[in-house]
Amino acid sequence: MSDPTLTSSAGGTTTTFVAAGNWTAAHSGPLDRLVPAVSGTAKIAGRVAIDVSRIEQLDTLGAWLLERLLRRCGRDGQEPVFVGVPDHFKDLLERVHDLNRRTPPAPAGGNLVTASLERLGRATLGFKDDANSFLAMLGAIGVSLVSTLRRPRTLRMTSVIHHLYRVGWQAVPIMMLITFLIGGIIAQQGIFHFRKFGADAYVVDMVGILVLREIGVLIVSIMVAGRSGSAYTAELGSMKMREEIDALRTMGFDPVEVLILPRVLALVCALPILTFLGSMAALYGGGLVAWFYGGMSPAIFIARLQEAISVTHFEVGLIKAPFMALVIGVVACSEGLRVKGSAESLGLQTTTSVVKSIFLVIVLDGVFAIFFASIGM
Amino acid sequence: MTSSTGQPAISVRDLTVGFGKRIVLDRLSLDVRRGEILGLVGASGGGKSVLLRTIIGLIPKRQGHIEIMGMELDKADPGELRRIGRRWGILFQQGALFSSLTVRQNVQFPMRENLDISQPLLDELAIAKLEMVGLSPDDGDKFPSELSGGMTKRAALARALALDPEIVFLDEPTSGLDPISAGEFDVLIATLQKTFGLTVFMVTHDLDSLHTVCDRVAALADGKVVAVGPMQELLASRHPWVKSYFHGDRARVRAGAAH
Repeated sequence: MSDPTLTSSAGGTTTTFVAAGNWTAAHSGPLDRLVPAVSGTAKIAGRVAIDVSRIEQLDTLGAWLLERLLRRCGRDGQEPVFVGVPDHFKDLLERVHDLNRRTPPAPAGGNLVTASLERLGRATLGFKDDANSFLAMLGAIGVSLVSTLRRPRTLRMTSVIHHLYRVGWQAVPIMMLITFLIGGIIAQQGIFHFRKFGADAYVVDMVGILVLREIGVLIVSIMVAGRSGSAYTAELGSMKMREEIDALRTMGFDPVEVLILPRVLALVCALPILTFLGSMAALYGGGLVAWFYGGMSPAIFIARLQEAISVTHFEVGLIKAPFMALVIGVVACSEGLRVKGSAESLGLQTTTSVVKSIFLVIVLDGVFAIFFASIGM
Repeated sequence: MTSSTGQPAISVRDLTVGFGKRIVLDRLSLDVRRGEILGLVGASGGGKSVLLRTIIGLIPKRQGHIEIMGMELDKADPGELRRIGRRWGILFQQGALFSSLTVRQNVQFPMRENLDISQPLLDELAIAKLEMVGLSPDDGDKFPSELSGGMTKRAALARALALDPEIVFLDEPTSGLDPISAGEFDVLIATLQKTFGLTVFMVTHDLDSLHTVCDRVAALADGKVVAVGPMQELLASRHPWVKSYFHGDRARVRAGAAH
């Protein structure tokens, strides 16, 4: 394989460029620098001819570079030509001759300030779209639920059970492990700091109330948003990408009824159960830490727990769970349906789904805290 | 070409591929000569795509040998695999364009990774490739999800041809194209093959492509190549499946239109 070369010679009324060697992609780097260098220094006078007879190998990259050279040498009335074209290169050079005649307009580059202002504006308007799609999905699920209640046999029970198994049963071990650890950590921190003013017995009150009212449901909701909400978004999103949802619609099915309602119902059933199990695991973890780290025997822990908490605390936690599930389900499904054609958009929408549902779960928890405080629960 | 021309570009010997208990390809042997366009026909679900994907190393084989340009893929190290990736281009049935890149970036991707050239030249080449396959420069800024089926095929072909490969594998390249585009596509393949001795391995059902551009046609039935040769030989073949393929109603309509 010989390296590509390009030489120019001016003889009277003709300027001749002689190209030789391998004009192929394998020599792309040298070629890219060679052609402008030679054509830049060459004195072009009279007729221009490019002799390609000594080229050994040619591909589209080489052919395009020759064609570009040819075009740059073009003068008024003087059409440059290829000379000595071997038969097997003829087609390619002719083909390349018609290419790149019309360059697309360069994208207009805006200035930085206006561009960032525009982004800010679009993001602000985006909130409205987000709220719209959330409410639209909530409404669609409501409508679908009402029509299912009227004709209970249309409920896709198999699908609900399947999703309940996935988001409920399969999530039990990890949820219980995490809440167990969190309960233990709260108890340890409580004992460590309360001990300074001799109040370590009150750690039971803290663990009990905190876990049952807030931490249990919050941790479980956040975990479910990350574990199951993201799965919902990705599933629905890839179904959207592969036109499966369109197919369903054209067959006369309502995607909300077939795909979304069973998923959301499963989540609404699963979350209170997971919250209950999680809260128990957290209390258990707190009790163990109080025993081994704080030296409080299990009997005393349970006795104090009975005094410290009431069924109300337990109710406050559990009442919130289905609402959290609804928010997670609605966000996950509406983000799933907003996926566009690309893999990138699937990833973006899945991230958005998780971030948004965690945010909304925490906001909702705050709203509930105010609500329960004002009704005295 | 640096290697001897007598050696086949692709050589498949006693290849067996199966999934679970199902044997898809059964001790299949096939040679693709350098610089020829080989069309592969076979029943839908008969293992054509499996054969193509096995040759390019996407599906593991049970037994047999596959040599591409004198190299056995399963014995190649990562560096060799990368080099061979530069020497072939593959057009997947669904296009397999990178959905997060524009069409132009898709075409530039192999060039950017493998060639040492400046951005302006990269842009010009990408547009040149797009125009070669019949897309307009404006299509370069579209994302794959905005393309029609035919445009996706063309863009994917432009990407497969980005590095001017020695072998191109085409999985049903003209399906979903209108007859005019399919004809242009055939002409393009023929031009490229004539210009730099491109070897083409094409899975196709397009009888026109088989007649006009394929040097040889291989028929796949029951997991074996039952007939291989120029179109005339296949038309004369006595194998029942080949006979019904080339002498069925649709084939007759096509033959009638040609004469």
